[in-house]
Amino acid sequence: MIQWLNDPGNWTASGGILDQLWSHLQYALFALVVATALALPVGLLIGHAGRGRWLVTVANAVRALPVVGLLILLYVMLAPHIHGRGDTVYLLPTEIVLILLAIPPILASTVAGVENVDPAVRDAAAGMGMRGGQVVRRVELPNALPLVFSGVRSATLQVIATATVAAYLGLGGLGRFVYDGQASQNFAERDAGALLVAMLAVAADLVLALAQRYTVSRGVSGRFSRRTLVGDPVATADAPPSTHTA
Amino acid sequence: MPSPVSPHVSPGVAPRVLPPVAPLAQDSSPLGMFGYFNDHRDEVLNWLWYHTWLSAVPVVAGLLIALPLGWVARRYRWTYPPLVTAAGLLYTIPSIALFVAMPDILGTQILDPINVAVALTVYSVALLVRVVADGLGAVPDDVAQAATAMGLTRRQRLLKVELPLAVPVIAAGVRVAVVANVSLVAVAGTIGVPNLGQLFTTGFQLSVGSPYYPPITLGIVLCVLLALALDLLVVGGTWLATPWRRAVSGS
Repeated sequence: MIQWLNDPGNWTASGGILDQLWSHLQYALFALVVATALALPVGLLIGHAGRGRWLVTVANAVRALPVVGLLILLYVMLAPHIHGRGDTVYLLPTEIVLILLAIPPILASTVAGVENVDPAVRDAAAGMGMRGGQVVRRVELPNALPLVFSGVRSATLQVIATATVAAYLGLGGLGRFVYDGQASQNFAERDAGALLVAMLAVAADLVLALAQRYTVSRGVSGRFSRRTLVGDPVATADAPPSTHTA
Repeated sequence: MPSPVSPHVSPGVAPRVLPPVAPLAQDSSPLGMFGYFNDHRDEVLNWLWYHTWLSAVPVVAGLLIALPLGWVARRYRWTYPPLVTAAGLLYTIPSIALFVAMPDILGTQILDPINVAVALTVYSVALLVRVVADGLGAVPDDVAQAATAMGLTRRQRLLKVELPLAVPVIAAGVRVAVVANVSLVAVAGTIGVPNLGQLFTTGFQLSVGSPYYPPITLGIVLCVLLALALDLLVVGGTWLATPWRRAVSGS
């Protein structure tokens, strides 16, 4: 495996590691951006208004669906309607599944984050004359940010992991090495692919951890330090545990 | 019958000729799954059986390992950050990577279901260590103190007071783990491990010319039903294990 990874040809070739790494990142990033753009505002609204919690329940129920089955079902459904060459026929079902997959953790943790904001803080904001929108943007969002990040990070892990499975359909990405290696009995390639996916997931999580460190207000991270979070039954019980679906 | 391998794709499984024992159901619509099930009953039930124990056993094993680890993380506070960080790191490894790496670690065959069981146990432990530690930590201090004042030893306090009170929090984690596992087991099906995931690969291979839905929809329906059943089992177990909650709510 080390030997396979050390061969520069495997990195720079067309369809080599660099190409697939880039494709993998693109698939994952697109799905995450779309899912966040959908789930974050809706989550903030549900948390702020205290209504529409059923949406969270519905989103969580989606998690019971087997990702692979959904992926193949969508592919089989859409394939006859997509013509022409190119990756669209694989890309479309994959992105739909990835977005569907990333929404529940972001939505659930955003709602939990807003609901966990100290009511006194919210009252103080209203008392200072802030309107609803201002409370959401300037008080609830910054206070909920640690939990929002935990949702986005767990969604990122799932999306990167599931984008690997998309290679089963025929899409590019690092999963290509895993499935091609398995099919051609090239175990060095297969194991190297697995290692690369794991490293990409860890790297992405590190980047998000850094982003979290620099975007979460110090006042908030101080208040929600690890110790208080552990000791506070409300905060820990409401924080949805991250799930793994692929 | 269409060729089982699509021309420009190399699926994870070596080209597999589908058993010609039963003719394919004529109905290729999603509802054809009933006919498909009738024609392939033994095979599908076999996969369902594999899928069930591959989803459930790792959670039980993971809980048994996570309970002492979670207790340690609570009892000796300094172990909490490293344990939880290590668990989080394990969780970042994509399942397909773990399934593929397991044979190298365990010395098993690649398609041995044991790989899936061990990999999922690793995930369950990673998820549950934190849940157990936080659950034990959520027991109110005055309750623990009252137990001590009543003369309970530290061990009695843990087994008779803290652990039972932590059951709802731990059970919430177990529910998440068990539902996630049902979906993860199907991923292992794409590299050829026998379970309901094989219904998806079968459907994929049969859909080369035109869509053939029955195995795919059958697989999704069975996976969801299995996830629901296992989830209900955990909910029922929690209900039985926490009689005081029913007393309080008055139902």
